[in-house]
Parts: sequence; structure tokens; C-alpha cells
Amino acid sequence: MDVAIIGIGIHPFGRTEGVSGLEQGVHAARGALADAGLQWRDIPCAFGGSTSAGNADTMVNRLGLTGLSFINVANGCATGGSALAAAVAAIRSGEHDIAMAVGFDKHPRGAFEVNPADWGLGQWYGEVGLALTTQFFAMKIQKYMHDHGITEDALIRVAEKAFRNAEHNPHAWRRRPVSCEEIASSPMVSHPLRKFMFCSPSEGAVALVLCRGDLVRRLGRTPIYVKAVSMRTRHFGSFEVFSPCQALEQAPSPSVTAARAAFEAAGLGPGDIDVAQLQDTESGAEIMHMAENGFCADGEQERMLREGETEIGGRLPVNTDGGCLANGEPIGASGLRQVYENVLQLRGAAGPRQVPGRPRVGYSHVYGAPGVSAVAILQR
Amino acid sequence: MSAERVPVDPALFTWPDEAPRLLGSECRDCGTVVFPAQTSCPACCSDTVVQRRLGVRGRLWTWTVQSFPPKPPYAGPATPETFRPYGVGYVELPGETRVETPLTVADPGQLEIGMEMELTIVPLTTDAEGREVMTFAFRPVAPTGGED
Repeated sequence: MDVAIIGIGIHPFGRTEGVSGLEQGVHAARGALADAGLQWRDIPCAFGGSTSAGNADTMVNRLGLTGLSFINVANGCATGGSALAAAVAAIRSGEHDIAMAVGFDKHPRGAFEVNPADWGLGQWYGEVGLALTTQFFAMKIQKYMHDHGITEDALIRVAEKAFRNAEHNPHAWRRRPVSCEEIASSPMVSHPLRKFMFCSPSEGAVALVLCRGDLVRRLGRTPIYVKAVSMRTRHFGSFEVFSPCQALEQAPSPSVTAARAAFEAAGLGPGDIDVAQLQDTESGAEIMHMAENGFCADGEQERMLREGETEIGGRLPVNTDGGCLANGEPIGASGLRQVYENVLQLRGAAGPRQVPGRPRVGYSHVYGAPGVSAVAILQR
Repeated sequence: MSAERVPVDPALFTWPDEAPRLLGSECRDCGTVVFPAQTSCPACCSDTVVQRRLGVRGRLWTWTVQSFPPKPPYAGPATPETFRPYGVGYVELPGETRVETPLTVADPGQLEIGMEMELTIVPLTTDAEGREVMTFAFRPVAPTGGED
């Protein structure tokens, strides 16, 4: 059964003093309802998540105590993707005709604070100074650059593109273009990654209203169909964040298997994708995720970036809204932001950052600790 | 009188020991080695695992430098005045596993994928009782000359 996204809402990302994460979620939910032409009482079920801003289901106190089914989703960086997967499944199963997926967050400043026990690790892991996601991303791209000939130039170009795209995104956090020179001379945070190559924890919210494909006509909305949604966890031997050891034989990352599953379910291949939002918690992640999701061979990214293939207007535009680098990462909302951007692009409503040529198929991908990945493929 | 030296976690390495070793586990069914020791095998799901003392030498598989003070529970000096950047890497122990570890070197110019490393036990902090808390780390094997 086809499932369609008929409403999208967003609260601007970044820092909003005096507005709780929950309130940002409510703002996004109301925006999605208005976009769909529906009322809160029309929503029979919702799936929502937040990591640092409270239980998502407490939103009902603000939106209305209608008695709907509201299930909290907690799946690390894949929270948004998992909420979307659950909403799609609820409709496909026939249990509900309409569903909402919502995510919001509001993180303290600075790097994410990690409690090793939450990740099945002894306290020692944090005490000796290993419990930082930034270290993992740096070590993964360090090895990748060594093995596949990627240079610092590619890392710089990814960051420069992100801020430049975000300039035309009214809900992005960092909208000032940053020159390659400024990026290249910014302080080294975790070798080889510099300050402007990392995203920061932030705030924001996104909500989506979905419905059965055959109801779209009755509701009178322009539908964007969810062709596939997949979520996968790590395999033995994949190189993951928060791993005190890793196997000698390397296995594919969960992004590889989530991508394959989504392409298979959609009956599409990487060549069919017109616009992609790929998890870019730092510059290196976007580069590696281009290959892990099947869009290029390992090492090809250097040339693709140099020749502008992932620019808006290029062969495969990547992170057209500025990605995590320019929006920051409110964990509960981040994956849904990518879907929001793809819906805008497929509707042709992305304004100055619109991908030309009337894109038909959009791809989104999140990855996070401790090795989870979610992919969604949308088609108009 | 020198301070008493205690391990950051007694399950990680043999201590006190003149030739300390990391303590991992090995699966009796499929041979997979992991660090630190755990009671089941992440590769084949077997729960027939035995403790194993890991090798002390290996090659640097990847690395980075931690250049800002981590948030708690980091136990090393973490104020802007006292914090010192430290290296972090994975060292591949031949035939066993790749161990994530602090490095004694924090200078990117002295770190290179593939270089030979060896286990060492170094002070991390001093606890409330005045004891020196020790952690495992890896350091470059001093060049012996004549070899590449």
C-alpha cells in the first residue's frame, strides 16, 4: 500500500532561548497539521522522539487530550527515521489511515555528554577519555583518507557547500557562508577535522503528517509518497562509534545494509535519485556516506566535490538545506529534517535552493551511535 | 614514599605487574577475540568464552588527537589551564583484535597509520585518597635503527 506525506512542519533549528524543546515540537506539529489541512483531533496515532528535551508524548497536553495512540521513540540518531518507519508501518498494516511522525530536541552547548553505561560500557571508557563521538568520526575519516586518497580539500569543500546552501534556508542555524580559507585555517578539533567541519548539538523540531495513498485525493493534498523506509543496526566487524575494540575483518556499516534494503523495497537504484540528504555530522561523514549509500565508489568523492557534482544544480545534489553542518543536530528532529527538505524539493517549493529539473525521487540517510542507520526514499 | 597506584578498572589489564597485559576474551567456538573481556561472543553469540591476555605490540590502524577537554566522566586534568591534548587510536594486535586506546603521543607529525606501537601503563589522575589512577595506553616503539 502506498503511504503519502501530506503535511510538513518545522521549528527553526539552532538556538531559541526561552522556548522549550517540547514547545518547538508543538510548533512543528501545528505547522504540519495546517499544511495537511487537518486538525489535531484527526490524528489517530503518532510516533515521536526527543533525546534531551523530555518525553515526546507529553505534547498532547498542548495539542489536545484526544486519547490518540502516541508512542515514544528513542533510537539515538535514528530516532526520526525510526518514528517515520513506525508511522509508515502503522498505515501499511491497515491499523490507521493517518499518522504523525514528530521529533524535537534541545541539547546543552558543547559536545554531547556521554554516560558510558547507557552504551553498555564501563565507566573507565569515559574516564580515560574515549567517550567522544568526535574522536570516532575523526578516526574513521583518517583511515578512509589514508586508504582511498581523499585529501583535506574534499573536507573543506563539503563544509563550504553546507554553509553556502544554508544561506538560502530560512530555518537553518548557521546561514553565513564561510570561505574555504576560513575553514582551512579554523582550529583543529580532532585531527584531521577542523572547527567548521563539525556540526554542533542544537535545537529544533520537525513533524510530518502521513496518510494512506488512496485517501490523498479525498484530502485534496499534493502527495509525496514514501517508497521505502529502512532501519538497520551494526553488524559484527563494522567500525562504529563507542567501540573499545573492533574486529580484524571489517564488515559493511549499517548504512550500507539500510541503503540496500531501501533501494530493493523501492525498486530503485542510486542512479534514480535526484536529491539526497546524507548524514553529515562532520565533513568526512558526508564523504564516506556518499559511498556507503551506493552513490559512488570509494575515493571518487574527491573528484565529485571538485567538479561540483553534489552542488544544487549538480548531478546529485547533497544536503541542499545545509545538512547537520549548518543546522546543527537536535537528535530527535535531525532525521526528520532531511525528510522535510526532500518533501520541499519534490514539491518544487524549496525557493532559492530548489534543485532544478523538477526532481522526482529524494533520498535521506541518518547514522549515529552506536551503529544505527535509517534510510527513506520519497517520490512524487 | 611513592603513592599507591591503582588501575582505572581492575578488569582491563593485569596490575600490579612488571609486564602488564590487556585482558580480553576469546570465543571457544569461533575464536573471536574482544577487548575488554565479555561473557558472550558478539560474532557468533556463543557464551563459551575464556579470558585471554592480549599481545602487547601492534600497528596503528587509525588515530586522532583529542584537542579539547572532554566532559565528565573524563578523569584526566580537564580545566583549560591543566588540559593537555592526547592522542587516541586503534592498535591492531596481530591475530587478535584492534584495541581503541589513548596514545602517549599527541603530535600529528609523530603519528602515522601503520607505525609499530606497544602497550604501556600511564598515570591518568590522582583519586580522592591520594592514589595514582593508572590507565592503559600505547606508545610508539622506539626505532631500533637500520630497520624501516
